[in-house]
Amino acid sequence: MKFTLSWLKDHLDTDADVATVAEAMTRAGLEVEEVHDPIAALAPFTAARIVSAERHPQADRLQVCQVETVDGMKEIVCGAPNARAGLTTIYAPIGAFVPGLGVTLVEKPVRGVVSHGMLCSAAELELADESDGILELADDVRVGEPAAGVFGAEPVIDFEVTPNRPDWLGVAGIARDLAAAGLGTLKTPEIVPVPGTFDNPVTVRLDAPQLCPAFAGRVIRGVTNGPSPEWLKRRLTAIGLRSINRLVDVTNLISYDRARPLHVYDMAKLVGSEIVVRGGQVARDTGEPEHLIALDGKTYAVGPHHCVISDAAGERPIGLGGVMGGESTGCDDATTDVFLESAWFDPLATAQTGRDLSIASDAQYRFARGVDTASLVPGVELATRLILDLCGGEASATTLSGQAPAAPLPFAFDPARVAALTGLEVGEDRIAEILTDLGFGVARGSPWSVTPPTWRRDVEGPADLVEEVARIVGYDSLPSTPLPDLGAPPRGVLSPRQARIRTARRAMAALGWFEAVTWSFLKQDTARLFGGGDDRLLLENPIAADLDCMRPSVLPNLIQAAARNAARGHADVALFEIGPIYLGDGPTDQRTVLAGVMSDRAARHWSGKGEDALFAVKGDLTAVLDRMGAPVASLQLAQGQNRDWWHPGRSARLQLGPKTIVAEFGQLHPRVLKALDADGPLYGFEIVLDALPEPRGQKSKSRGSADLPVLMPLTRDFAFVVDDGVAAGDLVRAVAGADKALIAEVRVFDVYRGAGVPDGKASIALEVVLQPREATLSDADIEALTGKVTAAAARLGATLRG
Amino acid sequence: MTDLNQLELDLINAIGAAETAAEVEELRVAALGKSGTISGLLKGMGAMSPEERREKGPVINGLRDRVQSALGARKAELEAAELESRLQAERVDLSLPARPRRKGGVHPTMQVMEEMISLFADMGFAVAEGPDVEDDFHNFTALNFPPKHPAREMHDTFFLKPDPQTGERKVLRTHTSPVQVRTMMSQTPPIRIVAPGRTFRKDSDATHTPMFHQVEGLVIDKGVHMGHLKWTLETFVARFFELDGIQARFRPHHFPFTEPSAEMDIRCDRSGGTLKLNEGDDWMEILGCGMVHPNVLRACGLDPEEWQGFAFGMGVDRLAMLKYGIPDLRPMFDADVRWLAHYGFSPFAAPSSAGGLS
Repeated sequence: MKFTLSWLKDHLDTDADVATVAEAMTRAGLEVEEVHDPIAALAPFTAARIVSAERHPQADRLQVCQVETVDGMKEIVCGAPNARAGLTTIYAPIGAFVPGLGVTLVEKPVRGVVSHGMLCSAAELELADESDGILELADDVRVGEPAAGVFGAEPVIDFEVTPNRPDWLGVAGIARDLAAAGLGTLKTPEIVPVPGTFDNPVTVRLDAPQLCPAFAGRVIRGVTNGPSPEWLKRRLTAIGLRSINRLVDVTNLISYDRARPLHVYDMAKLVGSEIVVRGGQVARDTGEPEHLIALDGKTYAVGPHHCVISDAAGERPIGLGGVMGGESTGCDDATTDVFLESAWFDPLATAQTGRDLSIASDAQYRFARGVDTASLVPGVELATRLILDLCGGEASATTLSGQAPAAPLPFAFDPARVAALTGLEVGEDRIAEILTDLGFGVARGSPWSVTPPTWRRDVEGPADLVEEVARIVGYDSLPSTPLPDLGAPPRGVLSPRQARIRTARRAMAALGWFEAVTWSFLKQDTARLFGGGDDRLLLENPIAADLDCMRPSVLPNLIQAAARNAARGHADVALFEIGPIYLGDGPTDQRTVLAGVMSDRAARHWSGKGEDALFAVKGDLTAVLDRMGAPVASLQLAQGQNRDWWHPGRSARLQLGPKTIVAEFGQLHPRVLKALDADGPLYGFEIVLDALPEPRGQKSKSRGSADLPVLMPLTRDFAFVVDDGVAAGDLVRAVAGADKALIAEVRVFDVYRGAGVPDGKASIALEVVLQPREATLSDADIEALTGKVTAAAARLGATLRG
Repeated sequence: MTDLNQLELDLINAIGAAETAAEVEELRVAALGKSGTISGLLKGMGAMSPEERREKGPVINGLRDRVQSALGARKAELEAAELESRLQAERVDLSLPARPRRKGGVHPTMQVMEEMISLFADMGFAVAEGPDVEDDFHNFTALNFPPKHPAREMHDTFFLKPDPQTGERKVLRTHTSPVQVRTMMSQTPPIRIVAPGRTFRKDSDATHTPMFHQVEGLVIDKGVHMGHLKWTLETFVARFFELDGIQARFRPHHFPFTEPSAEMDIRCDRSGGTLKLNEGDDWMEILGCGMVHPNVLRACGLDPEEWQGFAFGMGVDRLAMLKYGIPDLRPMFDADVRWLAHYGFSPFAAPSSAGGLS
C-alpha cells in the first residue's frame, strides 16, 4: 500500500516529516518497506524553454535546439518529435544522472553536433512508465524552476498491510493508528450526505446474498466527465495509479482514501433499470459458463461461486462483483448519467474468485480482506460530493438493498490481561484511551465491555485488545524478563535417536564424506526406480515437473548430485545425507535414513591402487554403525536379496533378522545410473535409522571391569579349500564358533583361485587369534584346537589346503 | 714393562685399524681368547711370586681392561657406521605425496541447527519432531488459520493429490508449527520445546527455495509473558551470533497463531558489502514470534485462562547464511563438493557451551 505524506496530512494534523512517519508506522506494526523520495532524484532537473529548433544537418530525426536554461543558452540535440520553438520542458545538465535511463550525461557529439545537456521525457524522469516525447509544461512555468516543484513531487511511503488489517488499505485508517500512536491529531473530514433530488430509478435485486449481502447505490445525472483536475491526477499518479477520467478517478481515490471500493456504471449503457446481483450461470444445455469482458479487456468464464452484476433482467453480466466492472458499461468522457455502486462482497468468495480467475484489482484486494461493513452509504455520499464538485450534475436518493453483516458484538475485557500477557505496566486510563483512539467502544465496568469498530472484524477477544494496547504503547517498552532457569536437563535434551543422528553425522564427516542436504521431492519416474512413486505421494502443485513426488530413498538425489559434480569436473565424490524418506502420506510413514554415495574415482597415486571402493563403502558403513552404537556383531549379512536398484552380485544387506533390515549397501545398478544420467560405477548405502534398536537403557553409567588378559594372544594360520559358492563370512563364523572360549578373532588374509586350487574352488586363508585365559597353551591344546577348527570348516565342505 | 707397553700400543693400533666387525673379533680372539696374548699374560700371573704379582697384576689387568674397552668401542663404531650406510641406502623421496584422504564435512545448515539446539538446550528446551507430510488440521486449522483465509495463501502451500477415497488433501508442512500442535496435544504443560526440521513452500527465487529449514520454539506455562519472550530471544540471538549483547527491536506484526505477534529485528550495517551486527542504522528482520493465540491453545485442548506462553520461529538456512557469510541460498541444496568443502564444518567442531559455538 502506497500513499504520500500530503495525502496523510489530509487526515492527520502533524508536523512529522516522512522519516518520522515511517518510523512511527513500523513501530505500530505498519511495516514500511520503502520510502521513495523523488525530490532527491529530481534535484538536477529544471524547467527550460526552447528558443529555436533546427533540423540536425546530418540526421532527419534529430533537431538542434537553442534552449534557454538555468545555466544560460545551451545548444542541445533532441530526438523528440515534439521539440519545437517556444516549448517549455525539462532540462538536464551535463553530469546529471537520468534515473529513467540509468546513465549520467556526458558532453559528447551526436552525429557531429555536441549536445550540452538533454531535454527530458516523463519516462526519463521516472514520472511515467512510457512517454512519446519530451515533457510539455505550461507556458507560465519559469525557466530554472526546479522539476520537483513543477511536478509537485513528494515522498511516497510503501508499507506491508498484514491480512488482518484491511482498514490500513485506506489512508484514513493509517492516520487513525498514527494518531493513536501520538503522531498527531486525527482530522479525517466528516462525510456530509448529499440529499437526493429525485427517486433512484435503478432497483437492485440481491439473488446471491452469500456472495453479496448488501448493495447501496444512486444515480447522478447530468454530469460532465473528462480529464481529472491536476490535484487529483497528481494524487493518483504519485502512488502509481493511472488517471482515467473524473468519475473513475473518484472511485479510485476513495478506494485508497477510505479503503472503500466503488464502481460507476454509465446509465446510458445499462439495459433496463434493474441490477441483479447473482452467481455466475452455466448454460443448462451446453454446460458452458457465461462470459464477461472485464475492464481490463480480458474475457472471464464465471462460475456459480463468482459474484456477477447483471442487467437486462439479470440476463447480461456487466461486472464481476467486488473484482472488476465490465467493459460494456464503463464510464467514458461521453457519460452524462452515472449509476454509483457501493456494495459489500463476501471476503472468502472474493478471494476465491481472484484465485480462480487469476484476476487482481484494488477492489478485489480490499473486499477479499474485508471492507468496513458500515461504509456502504457513507461511501456513496462521499463519492457523490466529489462527483458533484468535479462533474456537476444532480443526485438521486440513495438506496440500500440487503443488509451488511452485523457489527461486532461487545465482549468482556479485563485490563489486567495487558500486564499478564505482555509484562507491560499500562494504566487503565491509558488502556481505555488507546482503545478509544482506535475506534473501540469502551464501557469501563467490572469487567470492561469492549465493542470493536465495524472495520476491525479481526478483533475477537481479549488477546487482540492486548495487542492493540501493546503495539501502541510500543514493544520497546516490553520488559526483558529471564525465563525461570531450568538449567540444561541432567541427561541432555536429545532422544537416543536424535543423539545417534548427531553422532552419525560427525562420524561420516570424519570418515571423509561430505554432508549434503537435498530436496525431499524428486521426479515420479525416478521415485519409481527406487521402489516409490505412489500416486499418494504426488504433489498436486509441484514447483517443477521434475520435483513432483516425495522421495522413497535419498540415493537417487545423491546419485544425481554425484553426476552434477562429475559434469563440473569433480567426479571424485563421497556424499551423504541424513534425512527423511516417505513411504506413505500418514504421520507414521516417514523414516529417517542415512544414505551415502561414493565414486570410484579417487585420484591415481604413485604407490598404486588403494582400497577397493566396494569394500571401502562396507568399511565406512560398518564404522558408522559401530559409532552409532548399533549391535554390529549381531548384524547378519545377506547377499542376493537387495532391491533392484542394487547390483545383484555386488550388494548385500545388513539385518537383525529377515524382517529387520538395517541397511543395504554395495554397487548401484548400472540401469538406474543410466536412467539418472550418472556415469558409474557408484557405490552407496542406505541405513534406515528407525530400524536400529534403541541402545539398551542402562541404569548405571558404569562400564564394568575391563577384560585385560595376562597371557599373550597367539595366532595360527589355516588355508581352506572351499567350493566357490561358500561365503567367506560363513567360513569365518564357523571357525570362530569352533571354540568360543579360546578363539578371540578370525581374519581372512588371503583369497586365491588358480593354479594349485581345483577349478570351481577357492582357497581362503584365515588367521585365527587365540587368547588363552588360564594357562599358556601346550602343543596338545593347539592340536586339539586345530582339530576343532578343521571339523567346523568341514561342515561347510572346506578342506585344509595341502 | 716395555714389552707390555709395546703390546698395548700394537693392539690399540690394530683395533683402530680394524675395518669390519669380523676383524675386531679376530683381534679379540688373538688378545683375549683362550690362547690370546693377554690371556697368556693373565695365566702367567699364577706362577708369579706374591710381590711380583702385586706389582704386575694391576698392570696386566689394566692392559686387559683397556684393550677390552677399545674393542667394544671399535665394534660399536663400526656397527653404527654400517647402520648409517644401510639407512643411507634406504633413502626415499619424502616430497612424494601421501595417499590422499577424502576430507569430509558437516553441512552448514545442519551445523547451525545443532548450534541452535545446543543453545536452547542450555535454556531447558527439549527437541520435538513431527512429520513433513501433514494434514490440514495440524498445519493450519489448529493454528487459527480459518478455512480459505487469505493468510493461508501467503504460505504458498504444496498439496499432495487428494485421497481418492476421502478427498482429503495432505500438505507439506509450511512451518514446523504442527509439531507445536502435536506437542501441546500430547503433553501436559509446562512445555519448553524447540522443533527443528524441513519445511516447504512453493516459492523459488534468489532468497527462497521450495524446501528450507526452521527451528521453532514453544513455551507454555503459567504467567509466561512477552517479557520472557523478549529475554529468551535476545539471549538466544546474542549467543548465536557470539556477541556480548544484541541491539534488537521488536516490531508488531500479524500471525494467525499468535496474539500479540511480533517480528524481531537486529541492528546492522550493510554498507561495504559485509554485514556488521549491532552497528549502523539498518534493521534486519530475523524471526517472528508472539504469544500463543488463545484459539490455538483451545484447539490443542489447553485452557487459555489457565495456560499461556510464547512461540517463535526462524529460518535456519538464512541464519546460517547471515552468521557465516554465505551469499546465496540456492547452492545450499545443490551438493556441489566445491561449495561443501568451502562452507562445510569440521566433524570435530561440534557446538558446545565450553568450547564456544563455532
